[in-house]
Amino acid sequence: MIPTTLRRSLLLLLMLMSVGSIFFASATGSVTLGWSEWLAAIQNSGSQHGELIWRLRLPRAMAAWVVGAMLAMSGCLMQVLLRNPLADPYVLGVSGGAAFATLLGMVFGVAVGFLPWLAILGALVSILLVFGLARGTGPWSGTRLLLTGVVTASGWAALISLILSLSPDNSLRGMLFWLMGDLSYSTLPLWSLVVLAGSFVLTLALARSLNVLAMGETTARLLGEPTRHMLWLVYLLASILTATAVSIAGSIGFVGLIVPHLMRLLVGSDHRILIPAATLFGGLFLVLSDTLARTVLSPQQLPVGVITALLGVPLFLLLLNRARLKGV
Amino acid sequence: MTSLACQSLDVSIAGKNVCSSLDIELKPKQFWGLLGPNGIGKTTLLKCMAGLSAPDSGTVLLENQAIGKLPRRVIARLLGMLQQHTVYVFDASVLETAMTGRHPHLSYWEREGPQDKQKALDAIRDVDLAGFEARSVTSLSGGEARRLAFASLMVQEPAILLLDEPTNHLDMKHQVRIMNQVESQVTRAQRCAMIALHDVNLAARYCSHILMLFGDGDWQAGPVDELLNLENLERLYQCPVETLQTPAGKRFLPGG
Repeated sequence: MIPTTLRRSLLLLLMLMSVGSIFFASATGSVTLGWSEWLAAIQNSGSQHGELIWRLRLPRAMAAWVVGAMLAMSGCLMQVLLRNPLADPYVLGVSGGAAFATLLGMVFGVAVGFLPWLAILGALVSILLVFGLARGTGPWSGTRLLLTGVVTASGWAALISLILSLSPDNSLRGMLFWLMGDLSYSTLPLWSLVVLAGSFVLTLALARSLNVLAMGETTARLLGEPTRHMLWLVYLLASILTATAVSIAGSIGFVGLIVPHLMRLLVGSDHRILIPAATLFGGLFLVLSDTLARTVLSPQQLPVGVITALLGVPLFLLLLNRARLKGV
Repeated sequence: MTSLACQSLDVSIAGKNVCSSLDIELKPKQFWGLLGPNGIGKTTLLKCMAGLSAPDSGTVLLENQAIGKLPRRVIARLLGMLQQHTVYVFDASVLETAMTGRHPHLSYWEREGPQDKQKALDAIRDVDLAGFEARSVTSLSGGEARRLAFASLMVQEPAILLLDEPTNHLDMKHQVRIMNQVESQVTRAQRCAMIALHDVNLAARYCSHILMLFGDGDWQAGPVDELLNLENLERLYQCPVETLQTPAGKRFLPGG
């Protein structure tokens, strides 16, 4: 963990690096621009390079940032919700519903522009299904929610496998890319920014309550939290964030699991600092991962989910190991 | 002055009767001991008195209002409970965890001020964890985690303290230290406490009142001198008990 006094500086640093990474991503790719070329191009959006930056790279980089930020925030929330550091945004089946609906759309040749809406629809069906089945009337039961969610997720996984096995070979590639998480066709709808900003403010307002909820349901109630309402709110918030992220870029793995953990190792478990740190770092991490995915085997483009896992796993294991050596 | 009253309270768990029409009132400066054999329902009763679960019938009154109708936030400012088990999953620091006791006293955007921090530091020192402030709670031993949970409760500053076997996992020194703290809360700060215990002699030494749960809904409550005797204890624990006269008063030993 870094000293308390440095935590605010870390937030500022992450913010600057986020902006920097988006500019960097807009200059890098099949045509890499130097500093002066980039400056000229960004001022003249009509030029060839200007179009490349303003039409293609900046929107994609910003979509990557927003998706990464949402997944990281959702991961933090899910871990508190299930009181399990292994929880990730997908564990309760939100992405499964979205994936099933999207792949079904691809099979029936729905226009690409409509696929995000199908993803949202599928995610909402899954959220309501799990919510309805797990809610009951008794006190909050994290176990019941977890089991309902995990089983629902397995159900979606089976349906996805069914679609994949019945699909013609020429559409399989696009489907697999979507399933692994891919930003190639991503656009950034305005409402997703509203979702991100709204959830961020709400989560920060509830941050101290999240600290208390992380200590267990009974402890939280004894400390004055109406836990039943609070935990369902956290569930809905995390699910909506996940659904929005998945509708933009498919199921990008590891960001929602690893980013909250990395930040926990750096800044500790106080959500008032953890949430902003994870949100900023999630965005930064995905922008850089996506830039790598576009360039590492250029002109071949990789799905960004492959990069997030390949980068995230060793980074995470390294930090975890160092933390253990220090006896944390 | 805040008080907690049980009025014709029926509590049961898994079809087993814990108490039938229980009528007691915890008033300021009273230190109640809750005695009963394993599995008789002491924790169940304490949870019910904290408003965490509903009784079968009857009411728990906190400051003369039904506890089930009060928002948790209001309850948390008046009543605090130390649970029997403390498990920390996420690695917050000892200081952060002690500071969670301030949670019910702060509004949404408010941060803990210097006063809140001082209260937490004092409580940590009082349970002999000074120097541990920056340690992760996941690295604490069972006894240390227990003392930290007690420190959080002290930081919460409730007028009514319910403690479920607070001396579990603690060595003799820290048992006495915690009991002394509860005693000083009760006598000096005019609070009231109910404490579930298995150590009859700690109860004899510290408590002013006793509630005994015999099973099948039977109970007895009253001043410690009237209740803590050979006959009641043998009936309570279903085993022979011997009395020992010490300079500090009567003490009890399991008999042969």
